[in-house]
Amino acid sequence: MSALRSWMSGRTAVIAVPFAFLLVFFLFPFFIVGKISVSEMETVTFKDVLSWSDGVVTLALRFSNYVFITEDPLYFKTYLASLQYALATTLLCLFIGYPFAYFMARARPTLQPALLMLVMLPFWTSFLLRVYAWRGLLTEGGWVAELIFASGLDQVLYALGLISTPGKLMHTPFSLVLGMTYTYLPFMILPLYGNLAKMDLRLLEAAADLGATPWVAFWKVTVPLSKAGIIAGSMLVFIPCVGEFVIPELLGGPETLMIGRVLWDEFFSNNDWPMASSVAVVMVLLIIVPLAIFSKYQAEAQESRK
Amino acid sequence: MSAVDKAAFLQIQDVVKDFNGFKAVNKVSLDIAKGEIFALLGSSGCGKSTLLRMLAGFETPTSGRIVLDGVDLGDMPPYQRPMNMMFQSYALFPHLSVWDNIAFGLRREHLPKERVAERVEAMLKLVQLGKYAARKPHQLSGGQQQRVALARSLAKQPQLLLLDEPLGALDKKLREETQIELVNIIESVGVTCVMVTHDQEEAMTMASRIAVMSEGRFLQVGAPGDIYETPATRFVADFIGNVNLMAGTLDVDEADHCIIGSADCKHFVGHGITGVVGMPVTVALRPEKIHLSRHKPTDEFNSVSGTIKEMAYFGSFTVYHLQLVSGERLKVSVANVQRYRDDEFTWGDSVWAHWSRSAHVVLTQ
Repeated sequence: MSALRSWMSGRTAVIAVPFAFLLVFFLFPFFIVGKISVSEMETVTFKDVLSWSDGVVTLALRFSNYVFITEDPLYFKTYLASLQYALATTLLCLFIGYPFAYFMARARPTLQPALLMLVMLPFWTSFLLRVYAWRGLLTEGGWVAELIFASGLDQVLYALGLISTPGKLMHTPFSLVLGMTYTYLPFMILPLYGNLAKMDLRLLEAAADLGATPWVAFWKVTVPLSKAGIIAGSMLVFIPCVGEFVIPELLGGPETLMIGRVLWDEFFSNNDWPMASSVAVVMVLLIIVPLAIFSKYQAEAQESRK
Repeated sequence: MSAVDKAAFLQIQDVVKDFNGFKAVNKVSLDIAKGEIFALLGSSGCGKSTLLRMLAGFETPTSGRIVLDGVDLGDMPPYQRPMNMMFQSYALFPHLSVWDNIAFGLRREHLPKERVAERVEAMLKLVQLGKYAARKPHQLSGGQQQRVALARSLAKQPQLLLLDEPLGALDKKLREETQIELVNIIESVGVTCVMVTHDQEEAMTMASRIAVMSEGRFLQVGAPGDIYETPATRFVADFIGNVNLMAGTLDVDEADHCIIGSADCKHFVGHGITGVVGMPVTVALRPEKIHLSRHKPTDEFNSVSGTIKEMAYFGSFTVYHLQLVSGERLKVSVANVQRYRDDEFTWGDSVWAHWSRSAHVVLTQ
């Protein structure tokens, strides 16, 4: 009785709600996707994975989709491209976002709420509109494009291989990564700001006292102490970027094929649900690896804060 | 203090720190000798921390000079100053182990690895934390953290060690033990030391000299005994320890004695003062220098009668609060040298208090 009561205590109930939510709306659907990925299509329905006839249980798992994914270089190249674009976006967000978050956290306390508001301001308009607006800015005649052409920056981008011809910015890796960086930058800034604002500034005085110049103190004290913020921000940018569909669709082109697009095509153009599910499962596995590292690090950070 | 070099090692000359019109430090000057442990004592907001931060280089004096071993520190940034600070509540780097915390300053000097290791090991041995080298600061107790902070600030062999409320974060029992240990370590290293504290006991037990600070100025600078036994002003007498302050007028002023009349008695002081007869003065009398008895003392001077109104038992001594005829209160501290007394004083008793001719100090300001 008492065991039951303790199990039913408020604490358990509070934890149980999000767990139940994840179980019903994440884990269970994921199993369905997993099941579809190993099922055989019969015109419009799927064959049951488990069948029963003449007292024999047959488990039919069709792995040909997974084999196909490994055999067809298209998939490998697309996964790789997705990871590369996501990584490039994450690094760009980090390089732009870190100084941004740093100066925000070190700004006068009265100024900080206003700066924080500015970071969140873009969320007030639709994400779709904001990404679409970049098309207008980057096509010939758009003022951002004209600025880049006038400054000769397109030659640099061409030399770096980010655009295929000088004078054309849209539907290139450049426009894609620009759009993703623009969209996901707040997700990098906010955890970094939260982390940097909490930092004990006396540690920088201690570093200076022990002979560290401000530059050394930044790298030896500030950056290591903001590791948790860097990792949180990077995960928040990297994970959604890998599976991004809308931004490549609006700003990317045939040369920037990402896995989200392949997934869409398998589902809605080819109507090959098992293949699409397999692509999705592999993508989830690709994302789970960094996520596992992230949660392991978070657990460690939690431990060390005790 | 055996190895005290009499020449001023640290000179603070007319230093002022002005924060938008508020003078946190108001024109102070001070010479500190090599090997000295010097305490800046005062309540919060008296400017002692600002002065320490100016020594460390975290604040720049508005005017005045700070000279260390003949070198004007001027605008020299903290990371170039040949001094290290033990911060209040330590400011240990939470992401680094004890070992790396101590090595932090040494690594900034680009010493060879073996030299760093050698020095860190020596420091760990000095503060007896060898076993804890791999721990992170949050895995240590308050006392251990304090020792890591000390080791870190001594690792670079600074010319001057700055201590900001070194024992403020420890509880009372541990504080008493650590005071002596800290002084022993500092003296064994032989480093000149300036500490800031609001705790007079801490200042008295640790420092060879004390500066009592208030409102950005030094009120008195001297050895702990001098400050306690011969305070220069009413403020210092009141700030350091317990004291009875009695207002009076100077009646007789001779070379070898003076007599001061106050509401309850005539004070006979065994030395002359520089003053004019009739001027108002204050007599400061420490509670432990007063004796209690049930009989009228024979001396016509230096005695008062009163009624015991309050008693506070502190274990090793008891403080009696006497109500005098004039209505003034007098605190008398009696050491409990015996476990039980036959005729213990108690509430309501009429008693006589008397003191010797050298017990009190006459204050003119």
